[in-house]
Amino acid sequence: MIENKPTRVVVTGLGVVAPNAVGVAAFENALREGVSGIRFIEQMAELKFACQVGGAPQGIEALQNDYLTAEDLMAMNQSMVFTAIAGIDCWRDAGLAEVSPDTPTDFDTGAIVGTGIGGMDTIVEKLVPKVTVGKVRRLGSTLVEQIMSSSVSAKLGGLLALGGQVTTNSSACTTGTEAIVDAFIQLRSGRGKRMLAGGAEAASVYIWSGFDAMRVLNRKHNDAPQSASRPMSATAAGFVPGSGCGLLMLETLESARERGARIYAEIIGGHVNSGGHRNGGSMTAPNPEGVVRCVRAAMAQADLQARDIDAINGHLTATFADPHEIANWQRALDVPVDEFPAINATKSMVGHALGAAGGIECVASVLQLHNGFLHGSLNCEDLHDDIAPFAHSVVRETREFDGKIIAKSSFGFGDVNGCVLFKKWQDGGA
Amino acid sequence: MTEAEVHAKVVELITPFSKNAEALANVSAETDILQDLQVNSARLVDIVLEFEDQFDIEVEDEAADNIRTVGDAVKLIVEKTG
Repeated sequence: MIENKPTRVVVTGLGVVAPNAVGVAAFENALREGVSGIRFIEQMAELKFACQVGGAPQGIEALQNDYLTAEDLMAMNQSMVFTAIAGIDCWRDAGLAEVSPDTPTDFDTGAIVGTGIGGMDTIVEKLVPKVTVGKVRRLGSTLVEQIMSSSVSAKLGGLLALGGQVTTNSSACTTGTEAIVDAFIQLRSGRGKRMLAGGAEAASVYIWSGFDAMRVLNRKHNDAPQSASRPMSATAAGFVPGSGCGLLMLETLESARERGARIYAEIIGGHVNSGGHRNGGSMTAPNPEGVVRCVRAAMAQADLQARDIDAINGHLTATFADPHEIANWQRALDVPVDEFPAINATKSMVGHALGAAGGIECVASVLQLHNGFLHGSLNCEDLHDDIAPFAHSVVRETREFDGKIIAKSSFGFGDVNGCVLFKKWQDGGA
Repeated sequence: MTEAEVHAKVVELITPFSKNAEALANVSAETDILQDLQVNSARLVDIVLEFEDQFDIEVEDEAADNIRTVGDAVKLIVEKTG
C-alpha cells in the first residue's frame, strides 16, 4: 500500500480583535510594549459583580461600518462583528483578492471559527424578554442567525463567499486552539486549500457572570485593572474575563507557493484530547495524564524532541492551575528544570478571552515566531512558589527570540486539551 | 398622514434592507420589494414590524403575506390608519 505523504500546512494570514489592540500591526506593537487591555467595567460594578474588570476590544462601533453594511449589522451580535473584522483582516493579510457580493463562491476555502458560549448576549437582551411575555412574533427574522452556535462562522462564510466546510466548534477555553488543530488536520489530509481558523467571544456580562459566581474571576484588583491579570504570580487571584477574536489563515504549502503568498510559519503538529474527568481531572480541572498525552501526540506528529521546543505560549489563566500547567509541561517534555523552554502568558495583557483565547494567543504565537521576539508577561514579578524554580524560563520583559518552534497549548472546562506546534518559516522551506 | 407621506415613510423604512440602490432611487408604487429592491425575503418580517411600530398599527400575517410592492404596503397602511 502506498502511503500518501501528508500535505504541509502553513500560516499565510492573521486577523485579530483583542482587548489591547485591534489589527495585526497594532496587536504586535501592544504585545511588544506590554500594553494591558484590562479595564474597569462600570456595568460589572453596577450589577454587583465581585470582579469588576475585564477585557473588551475598543473602538469597534466606529470601525464596524468600514467592514459591514447597515443591513449586515442589523443581524449581527458582538461575537459575529469581532469575527467579521478579524476574518476580513485575515483574508486581506493573506493577500487574497477583495470579495464583493458578486464574487463567486470560493470552493477551496473554508472556516472553523469556534465560540465557547456563543450568542448569549442576544438570547438575554432580545430573545428572552419577548418570548416570556408572549411576543414571539415580535422577534423578527434576525434572531436565529445570531443565536445558532454556528453564527460566527456562518456570517463569515457569507462575507467571504467561502465554499469549503464552514463550521463552529466549541470546547470551552480550548475552542480557538482546537479550531486551528482541526483545520490543520483537514488541510493536512488533502481537503481544500485554505481554512480560516480560530475563535470568537463577545464581551458580555451575561457570558462572564457564571464565572464570577464560581469565584474563579479575580475580585481583588478592581481598583487596579492593569494589575488584575496575573498569570504565574504568587498573588494570582483568578482570571480576568476577556473577549475578542483571533483567526489564522491556514493554507497548504503548495497553494501558498503557487500564489506567492507570504508565509508566517508552518504548522508541524497539533493534537486535541481530553482527560475523561479521571485521575484528578474533572469538569473544571485537567487530568494531568491527558495533558501530557496531548503535548506528546503533537510532538510525535511533528517528530520533535523536547529540546526542539524553544518557547511555550501557555494557557496560564492566573488561577490555581498555573503551577500544575507548568508541572504538566515539564512532565510532557521530560526535561530538567534548567532546560525548560521559555514560557509566557498572553492573558496577562488581554485577560481570558474564553472561546477566543486560543485564536488570539495563536496569533500572538505566530507573530512572535515570525518577527523574532517573545513578549513579556505582565504582573508576574512575584512568581508563585512552585513556578519560582522556572524563573529563568518565564519571559517577564519583551526580548529578541531566534528560536524555531513555539508550542501553543490551551485547556478547557470539560477536561479538554489542545496543543499546536508552530515552526518558523525560512525561505526555501527547510 | 397623506398617501404621499405614507409612501415616503415606507420607502424610508425599506431603505436599510434594500440591496439595489438604483431601484431605490427610482422607486414607485409598482416597485416590487423582493424582486426590484432585492430585499432578502426573510427580512420582510422585520419590515412589517417596522410598519407596525412606526404607524402604530397591527398587520395580520395574512395581510403581510399579500404585500408585494411598495404600493401594496402603502395601501394597507393607509387603510389601517384611516
